[in-house]
Amino acid sequence: MDLFEYQGKQFFARYGIPVSDGEAVTVVDDAVAAAERVGYPVVVKAQVQVGGRGKAGGIKLASNAAETREYAANIIGMDIKGHTVEVVWIEHASDIAEEYYASFTLDRSAKQYLGMLSAQGGVEIEEVAVTNPEAIAKIHVNPAEGLTESACRAWVEAAALNPAATDGAVDILLKLYTAYTEGDADLVEINPLILTPDGRVHALDAKVSLDDNSVFRHADYEAYDATQVRDAREQAAHDKGLQYIGLDGAVGIIANGAGLAMSTVDIVTQVGGSPANFLDIGGGANADVMAGAMEVINNDPKVRSIFINIFGGITKGDEVANGIVQALAKVKIDAPIVIRLDGTNADEGRAILAPLVSEMFQIEPTMLDAARRVVALAGGKS
Amino acid sequence: MSIFVDETTKVVYQGLTGSQGRFYGLLNREYGTQVVAGTNPKKAGTDVDGIPIFANVAEAVAETGATASCVFIPAPGVRDAVMDAAAGGVDFIVVITEGVPAHDEAWFFNALKRDYPTVQLLGPNCPGIISPGKANIGITAGHIAKAGGPVGIVSRSGTLTYQALYELKQQDIGVTTCVGIGGDPVPGTSFIDCLRAFEADPETSAVMMIGEIGGSAEEEAAAFIKSSMNKPVVAYVAGVTAPPGKKMGHAGAIVSGGKGTAAAKMDALRDAGVQVGLNPTEAGQLMTDVVATL
Repeated sequence: MDLFEYQGKQFFARYGIPVSDGEAVTVVDDAVAAAERVGYPVVVKAQVQVGGRGKAGGIKLASNAAETREYAANIIGMDIKGHTVEVVWIEHASDIAEEYYASFTLDRSAKQYLGMLSAQGGVEIEEVAVTNPEAIAKIHVNPAEGLTESACRAWVEAAALNPAATDGAVDILLKLYTAYTEGDADLVEINPLILTPDGRVHALDAKVSLDDNSVFRHADYEAYDATQVRDAREQAAHDKGLQYIGLDGAVGIIANGAGLAMSTVDIVTQVGGSPANFLDIGGGANADVMAGAMEVINNDPKVRSIFINIFGGITKGDEVANGIVQALAKVKIDAPIVIRLDGTNADEGRAILAPLVSEMFQIEPTMLDAARRVVALAGGKS
Repeated sequence: MSIFVDETTKVVYQGLTGSQGRFYGLLNREYGTQVVAGTNPKKAGTDVDGIPIFANVAEAVAETGATASCVFIPAPGVRDAVMDAAAGGVDFIVVITEGVPAHDEAWFFNALKRDYPTVQLLGPNCPGIISPGKANIGITAGHIAKAGGPVGIVSRSGTLTYQALYELKQQDIGVTTCVGIGGDPVPGTSFIDCLRAFEADPETSAVMMIGEIGGSAEEEAAAFIKSSMNKPVVAYVAGVTAPPGKKMGHAGAIVSGGKGTAAAKMDALRDAGVQVGLNPTEAGQLMTDVVATL
């Protein structure tokens, strides 16, 4: 779950990480009021989950109410790379002496946490990693041991920041570590972490990604879910509890199992088609789940054919078939369906589906045959 | 032979009294697995279809001599369940449960290494392990697999594994052991752990490896295959067309910051001499051809 900058700053603030005083607003009048409260000069910042906000004119420095009003009016509702700005963050502007970079994430290869700290902040860390890798000080932290202050200090010294920043950086990094671990984040990143002319260290930006699997133990994370950016199809699928990712093509996909679903998306592309989505229905026999999935796919205006790809392990083919029959009775499907049903009791399942076979409902014996057929029905490409 | 478990392995099912634990525990027993106990702190002294329930793994081990456990506990309780199993004295823990927080996984993976270094963890978010004809610990449908080898399978995906087992069975090819390492970001057992064991197993002559996007496990496996394996490996990697930044059903299946793409994994594997199928059917055919030449 990726947070917006303003949510990330609020998240950091809870762990005592210094962030600029600011307020999230959705209308121009509130932007002006917020600016008055936090004090000029302010930065008016578009809240979207893409980079390049500045270049798009989504970040503006305002020194009075008139400027705040003008910039807020421009930025609210602006389209930045396909994302519409609904929220702007009004923040008291900071004087910047130096810009650093700091983050914690999981190093999957080492199976430990990876902290990165660099005196080269304010630019993409991937660039620094390529052009100047020695400028990134790295630390591995054993999740079962934690980050000690002495280890943190040694790490900060290795990054060769301005000595005036050392104590402030150590303090913030320890708090950032706590936010990362206790907050169940997949990633916490501060870029830039700034040193102000009067010697304070301060988080000027906040990029936070939270582990969806941790929502059960954070009562307030449900609220973040409501602000997640989803298109209409994804929102509908999410509301039905389906594992769904919207893509751009014409072949709707329903499969059981994440690997099989990914594989189905791949194979449709391989045979020259374009997948409309990824959808994993898990143990697929349940008629309600199947009906919900079909509804979501059917409501996608770009879908011209539907591929139902089921491998029954514990799930029996005849139960899946009954689920599909019941689902078709609940939902009227506009596009032709091709189904591949294999595994346990597949023969029984196909026998149950046989009476439904028509131009709009076809059964293919293998995944590859089914992929070719469903792509042909979609007209070859999107 | 099989790797990690066999028909003599005694297993305690943590969560046997819950609906999932009971359903699969009894199916596993029917298959031939030695399901010797279950745990539930509130139901100690009861039984599930004759299988005794203990308060914790230590008590189950003391009574039954179990050496492995299988966890069907819901995600919030998995961390405690894993440590209960290790403290209880088993040396192989299979965690089926999906939805375990990544920080919990990172914590108990490292806590086990530090405090119980001889314990092997499999999963979380995995279908378990099956040695056809001998033992099935987890949720794989046993009847779709043919026993006797010579192929070993290791996979991050459940249903793709079932597909592979089934296709090999259709070709009359047996499997020695099929290990589901699962789809999470910190899996207890890696591809390399399994490849190493298969290389050392006299009854396994070839290995099928099923990977997916996210992380670098396939690349690390490729390096191991290049340096340390003689037996042929056939691979399939799912998620070639997955968009970056999105978790494709598995917590660990995500292309992040340009890393973890299927294309890079396939290149690394090919470079190590692995035959890579472009879809599961092709991988099955490649393996059939390999077995024919053995």
